[in-house]
Amino acid sequence: MTTMRTPLKKVRYLGSAKEGADHFWKQRVTAVANLFLGIFLVWLIVSLLGADYATAKQKLAHPLIAIPLLGLVLSGAVHMRIGMQVIIEDYVHGEGLKVVALMLNTFFAIAIALACVFSILKLSFGA
Amino acid sequence: MAVTSGRGVRPKRPLSPHLQIYSPLINMVMSIVHRMTGAALYFGSLLLAWWLIAAATGPDAYNYFLSWCDTWLGKLVLLGYTWVLMHHMMGGIRHFIWDSGHGYDLEMVDLLSWGSLAASLALTAIVWIAVAMGAV
Repeated sequence: MTTMRTPLKKVRYLGSAKEGADHFWKQRVTAVANLFLGIFLVWLIVSLLGADYATAKQKLAHPLIAIPLLGLVLSGAVHMRIGMQVIIEDYVHGEGLKVVALMLNTFFAIAIALACVFSILKLSFGA
Repeated sequence: MAVTSGRGVRPKRPLSPHLQIYSPLINMVMSIVHRMTGAALYFGSLLLAWWLIAAATGPDAYNYFLSWCDTWLGKLVLLGYTWVLMHHMMGGIRHFIWDSGHGYDLEMVDLLSWGSLAASLALTAIVWIAVAMGAV
């Protein structure tokens, strides 16, 4: 017996990519976070201008600095990954190349996120 | 009546005008620049990573990073980075306004587009002038 579900039930809330408005929503949520955390980053960098290594290290290790910085890295990595995904899907038409580019995009975003998170945690917890 | 499948022989159909046919309107230009600044920030994340990795590595690595920032190329990149970040932020705010369903009459579209460009330039200038004057 074939399914009793109507075609409408199958497509409801789902686009052709099977994830509905999820991409749109994630981009907006991370954008809001990045707006505030980006302002924080600009302030942080400006406040560290002219500071020596010890001062910079001490500041970056402070929880009130390290936690928002971690937030920016994570939110930023998600935002830039799905943003670049759209660019790739718009301009790369060959199916093979597109899949490779999308995979590299994910790897790049994760690599940046991991390197930054590791560095921030090392500054906070490391010797 | 000639029926074509569209395969092999292409029927003569009118083409929609291509990108270079349109005269560049400000909202269109700002939309393109928003995507370009997004891509720039994507690769600019390497600079953020370098900064944090250098800080986590030690004084030598950190001072090397700082000395690179002090070169003319470094300063140019940082100035560009500031504007790109501000422009993408202002473009983002414009999109939030449009997402809410507001600002779609043509005067407002133009005003928001020019406004985001002006605000990005002003904010970049404010940050760099404040730094140059040692106010921060």
